[in-house]
Amino acid sequence: MQWDIVIGLEIHVQLATRTKIFSGSSTAYGAEPNTQANAVDLAMPGTLPVPNEQAFRYAVMFGLAVNAEIERRSMFERKNYFYPDLPKGYQTTQLERPIVGPGYVDIDLANGETKRVRIHHAHLEEDAGKSLHEDFHGMTGVDLNRAGTPLIEVVTEPDMTNAEQAVAFAKKLHGIVTSLGICDGDMSQGSMRFDVNISLKPKGSETLGTRTETKNLNSFRFMEQAIAHEVERQMEILEDGGTIVQETRLYNGDRDESRSMRTKEEANDYRYFPCPDLLPVVIDDSFIDEARNSLPELPDARKARFMDQYGLNDYDADLLAGDSKLAAFFEAAAERGKDAKLASNWVQGEFSARLNAEERSVADSPVSGTQLGDLVVRIADNTISSAGAKKVFEALWSGENDSVDAIIDSQGLKQVSDTGALESMVDEVLATMPDQVAQYQQESDPKKQKKMLGGFMGPLMKASKGQGNPKLFNEILVKKLGG
Amino acid sequence: MHNKSVAELSRALDTGQISSVELTRQFLDRIRQEDTRYNSFITVTEDQALADARSADEQRAAGNATPWTGVPFAHKDIFCTSGVATTCGSKMLANFVPPYDATVTANFRQAGAVCLGKTNMDEFAMGSSTESSYFGATTNPWGLSKGEKRVPGGSSGGSAAAVAARLVPAATATDTGGSIRQPAALCGITGLKPTYGRVSRYGMIAFASSLDQGGTMARTAEDNALMLNMMAGFDPRDSTSIDRKVPDYTATLHEPLKGLKIGLPKEYFSDQLSPAMEQQVRDAVKEYEKLGATVKEVSLPHAKLAIAAYYVIAPAEASANLSRFDGVRYGYRCEDPKDLMDLYTRTRAEGFGDEVKRRILVGTYALSAGYFDAYYLKAQKVRRLIQQDFINAFREVDVLMSPTTPSPAFVQGEKTSDPVTMYLEDVFTIAINLAGIPAMSVPAGFVDGLPVGLQIIGDYFSEARLLNAAHQFQQVTDWHQREPQ
Amino acid sequence: MTISRHDIEKVAVLARIRVDDEQVSALEKDLGNILDLVDQLGAADTDSVEPMAHPLDAVQRLRADEVTETDQREQFQAIAPATENGLYLVPRVIE
Repeated sequence: MQWDIVIGLEIHVQLATRTKIFSGSSTAYGAEPNTQANAVDLAMPGTLPVPNEQAFRYAVMFGLAVNAEIERRSMFERKNYFYPDLPKGYQTTQLERPIVGPGYVDIDLANGETKRVRIHHAHLEEDAGKSLHEDFHGMTGVDLNRAGTPLIEVVTEPDMTNAEQAVAFAKKLHGIVTSLGICDGDMSQGSMRFDVNISLKPKGSETLGTRTETKNLNSFRFMEQAIAHEVERQMEILEDGGTIVQETRLYNGDRDESRSMRTKEEANDYRYFPCPDLLPVVIDDSFIDEARNSLPELPDARKARFMDQYGLNDYDADLLAGDSKLAAFFEAAAERGKDAKLASNWVQGEFSARLNAEERSVADSPVSGTQLGDLVVRIADNTISSAGAKKVFEALWSGENDSVDAIIDSQGLKQVSDTGALESMVDEVLATMPDQVAQYQQESDPKKQKKMLGGFMGPLMKASKGQGNPKLFNEILVKKLGG
Repeated sequence: MHNKSVAELSRALDTGQISSVELTRQFLDRIRQEDTRYNSFITVTEDQALADARSADEQRAAGNATPWTGVPFAHKDIFCTSGVATTCGSKMLANFVPPYDATVTANFRQAGAVCLGKTNMDEFAMGSSTESSYFGATTNPWGLSKGEKRVPGGSSGGSAAAVAARLVPAATATDTGGSIRQPAALCGITGLKPTYGRVSRYGMIAFASSLDQGGTMARTAEDNALMLNMMAGFDPRDSTSIDRKVPDYTATLHEPLKGLKIGLPKEYFSDQLSPAMEQQVRDAVKEYEKLGATVKEVSLPHAKLAIAAYYVIAPAEASANLSRFDGVRYGYRCEDPKDLMDLYTRTRAEGFGDEVKRRILVGTYALSAGYFDAYYLKAQKVRRLIQQDFINAFREVDVLMSPTTPSPAFVQGEKTSDPVTMYLEDVFTIAINLAGIPAMSVPAGFVDGLPVGLQIIGDYFSEARLLNAAHQFQQVTDWHQREPQ
Repeated sequence: MTISRHDIEKVAVLARIRVDDEQVSALEKDLGNILDLVDQLGAADTDSVEPMAHPLDAVQRLRADEVTETDQREQFQAIAPATENGLYLVPRVIE
């Protein structure tokens, strides 16, 4: 039996406003528990909500960036349920008239095609607090610092048909919100959380299957794994003739396991109704125009510019333009010299590999874009070899020195590229290795010949005290050895 | 002293006839001696009051007195008062001492008024008799001579009784379905519910957010005007607060009423009303005619749906507003909860009284899946019809008048067996809250020795006109000055 | 309009209020009466009527994104039933 996979995403984006959505408490990360929770956040009796203008501005910017209609008269509803991290016993959210209406995001697929993922809507709501289940002698501890932080919840149509598309969309969305500056995009801190709705249907069928929701995935890798896991789980059930239970599941990425969240017998009846403490929010033309004028460069536009301005190819431009911090880093590097492609290689290669290995984000990089750019300049002008470049990078990363030239000097990495000097060195070395020269010249297989060149490199590097430009040595060797 | 109005006390303080400390002591003594009979106070803040009185006297000596400096009054125990227990008449908040003031509280504090304590009320403002208070019922100072204890009305029964018994010259109160006007009527005092949004709801413990409004209780219209001057105004902390200039409500009290057009809604003079009550109210209206007003009959065709609409909307909003009472961050918590469900269900079962539970359950039901359209949505539509009736009426007349209640104060226990019987007490007052317009009750006579109230209803933000109408009435009648035996 | 015992029990769970059998019986009667009262709404013709959530046609004022609150944890937790290390304690929640 062949199956179609149907995937929809709900993404919670924590907005980078200074204060909460309904109170003037700070949203700064990392504060001591309950030190950023005022009377309103704690749902003290008699307290009332007053919405944050910036949250609406950010929501409107988001709507414009995803080609959506902006709701001119949006409202808030109460979603009623009981949980310790929800002080009022209801969450203030939007249902009937969310601030952002239907929109879309186009994603690029590996096969070169573009796919449009439709956004059903995006709405503003307040985040809940945090429950800490570590040992408080059998109790759970509740921290309400996060309660009231503004969220945009983005809901897509079930347009995605495999994990690749879902991850591509998620990354695109991440790029958009970070480029807009409305979210810091730090998924390890929970700034973006993904819920994945998955269902299967017989291939070509028009009827959607029962879907499950896997909640709170906070990395692209986990999302990919979770999708694969859930698709397999559902397929097994369906192929055994079973039915899928509509439920919410939690996925454990470290163990590649999922389980059903404990559900009550009665599915939660949220009893939505318009919040009587809040009035309709009217967004007028000037508010939207101001937001539009403040839009920074978005990933798609940036990608096009990178291809044009720096001559990057589609693949490189796409990778570098997607994340605003990485894009800024790359540009700082590329601007230092004239070899944008080399800068691009280093950013995507050595630099990114090092970040990943140390689980750092670009923001935490000990090396700046300009430093990397200076390094690239010195490679491009042949001052250092690629071996030397690695040493310089290491020194920059460890903070040994922050000037590329100073490191080159102190470590004596400047390579000799004076062809005249190099030629005489080659002549000298070759003169001391007549047998190897003969072997080389008698060898008919070019591949084997190429390997033999390596045998001369050692003595040549020694002769040049490690400063000979290896590329040039190679060229000179080939020329002089002939054959 | 205890018979003086706020205006008179203010003058007495100003002329040095008495100090605030002395005045405060007198009222505190009176409360101590008399309130065992009425149980109108939940908390009396003796030490704080005397300290505030001392401050007030100093302020006055320094030349910084306002009309309210040094004047004693009380707050309904629904307004958060920093450092002082704020119970809302409930076991759920019996131990709740907020570290913050309601905006209304802060206003009085800033003006130097002297709060003597927090008055009794129906639990979470849900009631019309102040019999549901965790702290025991309040007894109406009227009717005691007959040997029966009568209700003072509710939910602001404590404030009404305290003012009627001259334990304070004035008290703050709140009105969601009639909770200022009905007790004012039953206790023979003057009370006003302002336009929705006129008075800040910040720190005023919420019952039904789109209906609740803080208001005033005193014996005279002039005192109500002085109170409203303190309470009205825009508050950025309350999103439903209206940004509109606050006039000096005392400045227009004396305007002549000649030409005032009065409408009498025929639906409010139906056979629910006893002939004796009707007579009192019509006699009161005749006084207005003598003052130069004209009277005509009007109609509020959807008035009969008001109670039904109210008893969907108010419980629905209340069911959500009271979800925060869960034993986690403040207030009552059940002992040894064995799990989270137990913590919630037992805290709320033990902390809330029966009427509160009934309304939460009805409200939850009305909002639940499958019932939302038929109940909540329908009620909100009927609400607009009711509002439209008033808008239409005010095209023809300036104010409406009616009895405030269908009957005078009833005996304690008489209406507690069937909740709906109690709900019908509010038949003349409830539509006003649904529309959000202002209304007052002024003493207008007696039936069987018990006070009868005249309700005066106005268009949005017409409080000045209502107070003017009430004041002029009180110049030619003395019902508001009668004292319970 | 009658409300069934089952409905009452369901609603009590939604509202997190424990009710025993006796209370359910009393509620059957009381809530039934209240719903009878409320059923009168059915008589109204509201076909082309907009629901009214607020008495006045006011619109929401938005607040500037400036921090105005300070740390008041001590005062707030002084009135809390159960706290430890600055956290509010509840019986262990299993997700």
